[in-house]
Amino acid sequence: MTQGLHAGLDSGVADLSIGLRSGQFSAEELARALLDRIGASPLNTFLDLRPEVTLAQARAADARIARGEARALEGVPIAHKDVLVTRDWVSTAGSRMLADYRSPFDATVVDRLFQAGMVGLGKLNCDEFAMGSTNENSAFGAVHNPWDLDAVPGGSSGGSAAAVAAGLTPAATGTDTGGSIRQPAAFCGITGIKPTYGRASRYGLIAYASSLDQAGPMARSARDCALLLSAMCGFDPMDATSLDLAAEDFTASLDQPFAPNANSDSRPLAGLRIGLPDEFFGAGVSGDVTAAVRRALNTLETLGAQCVRVQLPNTELAIPAYYVIAPAEASSNLSRFDGVRYGHRTANPSDLRDLYRRSRAEGFGAEVKRRILVGAYVLSHGYYDAYYLRAQKVRRLVANDFDRAFEQCDLIAGPVAPTVAWNLGAHQSDPLADYLADIFTLPASLAGLPGLSMPVGFGLGDGSGSGTGSDSSSSPRPVGMQLIGPALQESRLLRVAHQFQRVTDWHLRRPPEPRSVKTG
Amino acid sequence: MLTRDDVQRLAELARLAIDPDEADQTLPRLNAVFGLIEQLQAAEVTGVEPLVHPGADPKLGTRLRTDTATERVDRAANQVSAPKVAEGLYLVPRVVE
Repeated sequence: MTQGLHAGLDSGVADLSIGLRSGQFSAEELARALLDRIGASPLNTFLDLRPEVTLAQARAADARIARGEARALEGVPIAHKDVLVTRDWVSTAGSRMLADYRSPFDATVVDRLFQAGMVGLGKLNCDEFAMGSTNENSAFGAVHNPWDLDAVPGGSSGGSAAAVAAGLTPAATGTDTGGSIRQPAAFCGITGIKPTYGRASRYGLIAYASSLDQAGPMARSARDCALLLSAMCGFDPMDATSLDLAAEDFTASLDQPFAPNANSDSRPLAGLRIGLPDEFFGAGVSGDVTAAVRRALNTLETLGAQCVRVQLPNTELAIPAYYVIAPAEASSNLSRFDGVRYGHRTANPSDLRDLYRRSRAEGFGAEVKRRILVGAYVLSHGYYDAYYLRAQKVRRLVANDFDRAFEQCDLIAGPVAPTVAWNLGAHQSDPLADYLADIFTLPASLAGLPGLSMPVGFGLGDGSGSGTGSDSSSSPRPVGMQLIGPALQESRLLRVAHQFQRVTDWHLRRPPEPRSVKTG
Repeated sequence: MLTRDDVQRLAELARLAIDPDEADQTLPRLNAVFGLIEQLQAAEVTGVEPLVHPGADPKLGTRLRTDTATERVDRAANQVSAPKVAEGLYLVPRVVE
């Protein structure tokens, strides 16, 4: 390994891009070094690697750089969450149903990042069909949190978050339906953003809940996320809900003061009003999380921001509304898995009905089946108005809460999750514990608003995720702060996060070198 | 509260084979979920317009594209991952005798 690469391997997208262009190291060297790391990692983050594909892409990037034709992110490696389909790698969505599935096309966001010059490292583990918040619902085994191998990495983009945090890739795609980018980013101490619904194309995103699903970048800093998001977003005629907007450079305003005329050196955020919802700072949040978030807010205040109290009174109702809407859409979307056109097919079916029933029973995991059953119930005759329609009305109330809050503030801040990462297996006996822990990410999902997660400190937790204790023998686990903006205000969230990261170093902290995972 | 028969009925609607043991295991977990979503009944939603998806601009409606062919279906590529095909057709158990 060259000196330049050794120094560059743990840097982010922006610095790698500079190193590649200036010839400090080649894209092929970089890709080889990361594939070696991935091969030695005990975290179970990757589901499919094709070194020959990766190295061919890297060599093509090197040739472009040599010819002076480098594109925005030429030669920088990225790995993709397995719910985004890819031609060159198997796309399983973390499910036995799609164990061998090869897509005939690339998801639009995968293709856009490839067209920007990025080199694909492979596919990342996730909860089955993105249903879960711990990555324990993957048919291919749980992912370990690099900060503490006994902890969950969060989910559903758990493989993405853990791989970035562990330095196996500088960047990853994630998808977020109810918090699946923001919560694992928080649990693993990285930065991630879910854009406004409609910003990033859903074409090739294996559908879970179509009115909520959005793809977004996960990386080590807000600057890196801005670079990646600029490449990912844009109008796509292949997605009926894609917003017809001109491409936006989300890096352009990162270093500008929030208000024109502000003193940009010491108080770049002067004029920014940060809304703190009472509902996000209540008794349900553990002390270590609240303390880290409060410290981060103090830092933002020293940069010129002003905190104001706001109310999001329907926050708690977001949980039941989400757990009606998402399963309803899932039961409909997942009806396409029938054992006929793709996916698992049962052996020796006696008739067509038997083919459907057994193929689906054998292909889907327990949590996916539960959500399909819940969805079938809330959509069935006689219950539609009481559950699905009512949930959509509550969804409107949640969106209205944000509209009112944004009359008093420019963005909303709070914890991403009520606790730090809990232990693997801790919620096994309590089926609702994972659902309830989604409380702070679900409202922005229901309203379709952009949400960013960034590291703001560490907590010790108590391993259970109940938030009741504070003493623990476990390693410190990252705390994430969430920033929620009005629709299409991704650049505001990224700018505030970038200004925070200019004066703090939480995003630069690295987990210890992973030792072997305990088995049994 | 759901019963075991309800679980069997839902599984049938969703075309999921479920054996009695699995139904017994699933039942308490499903009932826990329904306990949670029952909280919706307490919400005051009279006169509230449902929000179907957040990209929907009621003034613009759904975007329509021009009625022209934009892509060719590549049958061979689409059937690479099909579990059972013959001569370009998907095979299923006999439906009509």
